[in-house]
Amino acid sequence: MVTTAKNTTAKNNDTPLIEMRAMHVSFGPQQVLRNITLKIPSGQTLAIIGESGCGKTVLLKTIIALVSPTKGQALFDGQNLAELNEQQLTQQRIRFGFLFQGGALFDSMTVLQNVAFPLRQHRRMSAQETRDAVLERLAEVGLPDDVLTKKPAELSGGMRKRVALARALVIDPEVMLYDEPTTGLDPIMSDVINQLILRTQRRHPVTSIVVTHDMRTTAEVADRVMMLYPIGEVAPDENQIIFDGTPQQLKNSSDPRVEQFVLGRAGDRLGAAVERTAHKSRQSEERSE
Amino acid sequence: MASSPDNPAFARPLWRPLALLSDWIADLGAMAISWVTAVGALSLFTYQTGTWLFSHLPRRDTLMPSFYQIGVLSLPVVALTGTFIGMVLAVQSYAQFRGLGLETRLGAVINMTLVRELGPVLAATMLAGRVGSAMAAELGTMRVTEQIDALASMGANPIQYLVVPRVLGCVLLIPMLTVMADFMGVVGGYFYSSMILGIDSHHYWENSARYVENFDLLSGIFKSIFFGAAIALIGCHRGFTCDSGAEGVGRAATTAFVYSFVVILILDLLLNIGLNAMYDTFWPEGVKLV
Ligand SMILES: Nc1ncnc2c1ncn2[C@@H]1O[C@H](COP(=O)(O)OP(=O)(O)O)[C@@H](O)[C@H]1O
Ligand SMILES: [Mg+2]
Repeated sequence: MVTTAKNTTAKNNDTPLIEMRAMHVSFGPQQVLRNITLKIPSGQTLAIIGESGCGKTVLLKTIIALVSPTKGQALFDGQNLAELNEQQLTQQRIRFGFLFQGGALFDSMTVLQNVAFPLRQHRRMSAQETRDAVLERLAEVGLPDDVLTKKPAELSGGMRKRVALARALVIDPEVMLYDEPTTGLDPIMSDVINQLILRTQRRHPVTSIVVTHDMRTTAEVADRVMMLYPIGEVAPDENQIIFDGTPQQLKNSSDPRVEQFVLGRAGDRLGAAVERTAHKSRQSEERSE
Repeated sequence: MASSPDNPAFARPLWRPLALLSDWIADLGAMAISWVTAVGALSLFTYQTGTWLFSHLPRRDTLMPSFYQIGVLSLPVVALTGTFIGMVLAVQSYAQFRGLGLETRLGAVINMTLVRELGPVLAATMLAGRVGSAMAAELGTMRVTEQIDALASMGANPIQYLVVPRVLGCVLLIPMLTVMADFMGVVGGYFYSSMILGIDSHHYWENSARYVENFDLLSGIFKSIFFGAAIALIGCHRGFTCDSGAEGVGRAATTAFVYSFVVILILDLLLNIGLNAMYDTFWPEGVKLV
């Protein structure tokens, strides 16, 4: 699948639904992703793990062209997203549901207006039908009717995540993108979200990508895991995706960087940082002499 | 950007001054590039807004809140500014004109200055401070909290959804705010001149009517439309390109005001030059104040 020919649990290898071809992403002088090549077949649940700031969100956003590759291609369903016009892009985007890290609920709108937003954009429905559909979705994520008229600011973090999930699911997407769905939630609410992700997969065939650093989420929902490593920490010719395999293989991986992440160890990070700073100041001293 | 510090050639003392000079030139170049980039980005943004504005009418429910914000809520501050500027003009000009024995011309001076210059510019400045920076802060917050990405991910174009209503609101309502500032200024100036300075009302108005033409009033309103467009476009663009965090949002809001203010002044100068040329072409015999 990925250039580091590791065994993966590909179910259907012939036409990947999502594909990245030698993709690079930079913001001005700062490069975030380098030479990413990956294929995600339809129906798979892929977890992307990696430390904060390594570019997981950016990778997720390139899939629906919220971020454009500076080099290489991002393809969805065989189409290069960069070549689509506005209307075609919209047609493709509504096949996705995106759960943003902070929920990204519109804070000027009520819960009802938030969850109804995709329906009002893309479906012809009466106000009553819309309301019913919204209530049904909210019930699915375990929220009572009385949140309907609340503003996002009045909700707790877990409720906000669930409203955002209801909004992402409201037009039955084919692909669900979750950006750190459990980060910042208590263990019970994290498990609620994990169960909701699983339930969504069971209810209808959906391809899911879950960006997370929660090992429990990874173990519970994913059938394939990729580990992304910060570009500054890998060798210039090394693949930024340092692991690609099943959750089981992840546990047994002998790569110390993967092991460190899975077990959650600081390792030499602190030491390395101190060492780097010392090295830098030594260098600048030498230069100023 | 700057000369590479790792380059051993620059580490030798002999090259120090040269390195500094090259740094300085590089910084200057970087600044010029960033300016050109900023102007280019804003132009592209304006173009995109224009195409959305003319190809799809925005929905009523997105339009009304922004009209309310821009128009209704700005009225009091614009009216207040207008009134005081009218009175201040009376105070300032009185001393000068009395020396020349031309007190009754005060009406002409005050009203001309108001409708041509201070009404439009002050209304625009108040709008930039009240509405432009609020737009930048609001859209900046939406950018930082990924709400703009969320809009796009749900197939709603953020420019159509967020920018077009705001631009339309500013462009359509700023002429009315300008008229309000003009009117309150005229009232304020008259009030001060007649009640406090004791200038004869009849002559005050007669002089005003003789010197202030429809062209003056209309040119002021015409200019204000450009100011309104600039305020909304700069405010929204600052918000859209906001850096992350509370600091980014704050910076977006302040730069939105500063940039719009500078652009208002530049536009004012250019439009005045154009309008004067136009006036001289069409009405070469036009009335002059002195
Ligand atoms: N729109 C942007 N403009 C500039 N830099 C960005 C932008 N989005 C992300 N970055 C940078 O890209 C890097 C990766 O960010 P991100 O994908 O959000 O990390 P994470 O893996 O924690 O989700 C960060 O260093 C961030 O500063
Ligand atoms: Mg992230």
